[in-house]
Amino acid sequence: MEFFFEVLLGGLLAGVMYSLVAIGFVLIYKASGVFNFAQGSMVLFAALTFVSLLERGIPFWLTFGITMLTMVVLAWAIERFMLRKLVNRPPITLFMATLGLSYMIEGLAQAVWGAQVHGLELGISDEPLELGGMLLSQFDIFAAGVAGVLVIFLSWLFNKTRTGISLRAVADDQLAALAVGIKLQRIWLIVWAVAGFVGLVAGLLWGARLGVQFSLSLVVLKALPVLIIGGFTSIGGAIVGGLIIGASEKLAEVFIGPIIGGGIENWFPYVLALVFLLVRPAGIFGERAIERV
Amino acid sequence: MLYRESGQFISDYRADRRLFRLWQERAGFYLLLVFAFAVVPFIANDYWFSAILVPFLVLSLAGLGLNLLTGYAGQLSLGSAAFMAVGAFAAYNFHLRIEGLPFLLSFILGGVAAAGVGILFGLPSLRIKGFYLLVSTLAAQFFVQWVLTSVGWFSNNNASGVITAPPLLIWGRDFSSPAGRYLLTLAVVVALALLARNIVRSELGRHWMAVRDMDTAAAVIGIPILKTKLLAFAISSFFLGVAGALWAFTYLGTVEPHGFDLTRSFQILFIIIIGGMGSILGNFLGAAFIVLLPILLSNLSGTVLAGLIDPGQLENLQKIIFGGLIVFFLIKEPFGLARLWQNFRERSRIWPLRY
Amino acid sequence: MLRVVQQGLKLAAAIGLGSSLLSASLFAGSAQAANEQYFPLQSYRVGPYAAGGTGFFGGFIDYLQYVNTKEGGVNGVKFTWSECETEYVVEKGVECYERLKKGLNGAPAAATNPLSVGIAYATLERSAADKLPLITINHGRTDSTDGSVFPYVFPLQLNPYSEVSAIINYIATKSGGLDKLKGKKIVTLYHGSPYGKETNPILELLAKKYGFELTLLEVPHPGNEQQSQWLNIRRIKPDWVILRGWGVMNPVALKTAQKTGFPADHIIGNIWSNSEEDAAPAGSAAKGFISITTHPSGTNFPVLQDIDKVVLKAGKGNLQDPKRFGTVYYNLGVVNGILNVEAVRVAQAKFGKRPLTGEEVRWGFENIRLDEKRLKELGAYGLVQPLKLSCSDHEGGGAVRFQQWDGSKWNVISDWVQADRKLLRPIIEESSHQYAKEKGITPRDCSKES
Repeated sequence: MEFFFEVLLGGLLAGVMYSLVAIGFVLIYKASGVFNFAQGSMVLFAALTFVSLLERGIPFWLTFGITMLTMVVLAWAIERFMLRKLVNRPPITLFMATLGLSYMIEGLAQAVWGAQVHGLELGISDEPLELGGMLLSQFDIFAAGVAGVLVIFLSWLFNKTRTGISLRAVADDQLAALAVGIKLQRIWLIVWAVAGFVGLVAGLLWGARLGVQFSLSLVVLKALPVLIIGGFTSIGGAIVGGLIIGASEKLAEVFIGPIIGGGIENWFPYVLALVFLLVRPAGIFGERAIERV
Repeated sequence: MLYRESGQFISDYRADRRLFRLWQERAGFYLLLVFAFAVVPFIANDYWFSAILVPFLVLSLAGLGLNLLTGYAGQLSLGSAAFMAVGAFAAYNFHLRIEGLPFLLSFILGGVAAAGVGILFGLPSLRIKGFYLLVSTLAAQFFVQWVLTSVGWFSNNNASGVITAPPLLIWGRDFSSPAGRYLLTLAVVVALALLARNIVRSELGRHWMAVRDMDTAAAVIGIPILKTKLLAFAISSFFLGVAGALWAFTYLGTVEPHGFDLTRSFQILFIIIIGGMGSILGNFLGAAFIVLLPILLSNLSGTVLAGLIDPGQLENLQKIIFGGLIVFFLIKEPFGLARLWQNFRERSRIWPLRY
Repeated sequence: MLRVVQQGLKLAAAIGLGSSLLSASLFAGSAQAANEQYFPLQSYRVGPYAAGGTGFFGGFIDYLQYVNTKEGGVNGVKFTWSECETEYVVEKGVECYERLKKGLNGAPAAATNPLSVGIAYATLERSAADKLPLITINHGRTDSTDGSVFPYVFPLQLNPYSEVSAIINYIATKSGGLDKLKGKKIVTLYHGSPYGKETNPILELLAKKYGFELTLLEVPHPGNEQQSQWLNIRRIKPDWVILRGWGVMNPVALKTAQKTGFPADHIIGNIWSNSEEDAAPAGSAAKGFISITTHPSGTNFPVLQDIDKVVLKAGKGNLQDPKRFGTVYYNLGVVNGILNVEAVRVAQAKFGKRPLTGEEVRWGFENIRLDEKRLKELGAYGLVQPLKLSCSDHEGGGAVRFQQWDGSKWNVISDWVQADRKLLRPIIEESSHQYAKEKGITPRDCSKES
């Protein structure tokens, strides 16, 4: 029983890491209706830029600032050269454009910073904590804390600031938002920049876990089922979805894995998400689409 | 004036139903076939056969399969490679376990097996739509790969999980030489492309397009959504399955489940984006583009730009170019290279006049 | 008119232009035959496995460069090479193979060295048909050790079966003898791919033979999430964990081990978990981690010192990051270079001092005799294990040393540990004979080979 809880808790904490990536998706989807497959590459790009600058001896916070600035420039370029030209296209087209975008960012990141594997130490020791016989990872707890702060920051941004309110207006109805004088392009720029920021935070935490390398862009595949379960439009949903996916995939691997042959973690979340979808086609927190002919 | 339609009157239904209505198009098509079957085998060398032509044909077929599903029936899929894998491994097992099964039949059976798996993962499409459907196809992608790696039976308990192609004997003739592989692949691809061209003109094809454009509206006018969508998944997977079998048997000669990973699915998706969604010709153009561009770039770097760019950077550059082209095509020409060809044809019809 | 031309041009730019340029560059005429021996390099310098590729091919190229500069090639035959980027992708590797196999400007190809299991498999039959040796140093298809069935494939030094056997032997010496293995708990954490699974039957066989308790745990590709596996390990409380990893899976395994409180000095990495790139990203979690290696890292070998002097100091080095000189992958490249050049040298002694065909180089490989004396002459004593290849044995060595990560570099902690090759040989032959039967190959009679 103790082992069960240990796995469960470990899974929940791992789930938070998935949520971090998923939140970036949600932000962009909410504001611009783009299903941004390039979020994974943005995570890679941010982490690679950060760690490469850090290795050149630039102090931590300055590096953080420069990387953030880079992400803003990237967001600007994406808005200016891609989104603006794809206004009013079907969502599927936008999605495929982000596939192309993710190739570009991956190529760019490797062209600029090279393909070496970098280690990244955030100065958080990862000696395990014993708590009532259960093992807890300090690093994961720290990551969960960061995620919590991030969510609080984002909800403050969305609910209390002027920008945030216009963000919500755009998410609600683009045409109406335009009519009351909200600048759509500015909003997109902000949202992509914030998503870049979330990508940077996720990149640092994931990078510290995995080492900064090409595989970072693959975390996007872990975030997809999270989104599906949580719904594309809810930050809270992303968190809950992450927790569900994290816990269930770990439990499945440990308890079901040995029966049917291990290594099921790759597909299990997807099948789980599929089951959820069959019950609720728009995710737990998703908005139900109403179709008219 | 190159294309003169005047004087070509269609006076019966048979003529109206022809694949190519203008004699110029028919002539061009037959010339192309003669060229591909009778001329190419004599002028191409081994390198062209095994490194360019065969992969080009196989990828065209795979693109065709995905195009039926995505371009015609409007169902986005990121699981194409999984269906290819099913086709390859099924064909291998049919050939291995059924003594004396004709080679071509094992390809077809491989395709049929893929179609079955396609239906299975297409079932959720009845209830979930759009991006949410991606999950179903991704589930197929990861699940199939896992099953093929972890169940040894599929690879005949090979220690490395790799299947290798048996000698390509058809009606006592050996097709194992590079030219033979090319001819075999070409024959299969041409036959299936003609089949596809006919399917999309049939009632079923028109149903697909209605569902693509708006499935609620399609349902309202009485199109059976269930049947239409599932057939789209089945037929698309059949094409992908045959393509997978060809990939394993006539192209690489050996393949492991990992060879059909998500990257391959993306590659096929890129073929239809660049080539043109909802077009048969587009798959060939897109596949040619995807096969040739990297080779062209790396050749250029070896000759023209020798020493200027190191090969690693070139690959990054290529990635950037690919990504950029995808975005470019989506912005400027959502119907891809096929539309460029069409525009050219339209223009040359009225040339030298402007209107 | 103009618009037709415009449209036509657009189309031509999109497709036509490509092919004309392509053919122009492809059929760029081959110049007169030079007195050179060519190495086609299917290298990979980008993508997920770039770290391995840049190191390996860097070392390989530097060694060829070294032989050219220092000795003017072998007996006056200089080496030449060209690279073709594969990104570790199989079909790109095949394309490169087909493009480069014919040689360069009249210099014939000696052997291909893809350093990729997938590409090796895909070019295995092609190599036999083209009579071009396929070198899969430290990896590849295990049963290709049987040279009578696979005349053109060389899993030099160490095949996957020998690898696990040597690891078990090392654990035995650590525990005080093979009989002490009984009752020990060993967990193997393997990458969820054909490569990862390949040695499982051998491990099971050894477990039965020596009576240790074996648990096999799979980590799904790419392996960036391993919590459940390590929680399992924590429950099992094994004496040793064998890490059969690949790429990102290795540092993550070490980090997660630390997270679940498993000591790193009881984890033994296999041949693809043994580089700086595998350990360093795990930071402090990797300290104490043990792995096998067929060649120590470091720069203290005469041949490496010499390469440094002749090639690197002269600014001709291939590495972008000179700090990687002497790392595991780099040294593997150098070792690979030494063995390839040695094969050419041996073959030249028999066939004459001229550029050789692939078939002749193959004979050279089969007659490599690296004893202590020869290794000292090459300046590679301690770097390369004594190696003796033959018609039936394409592996030759089967010995590994063990090294431990001290937080910043590897230190060798054992002498050569030999795999139990006698035990493995029948299994290898069974598999190779099955292959021969499937493919209709008649095995060579090795007693008739000179």
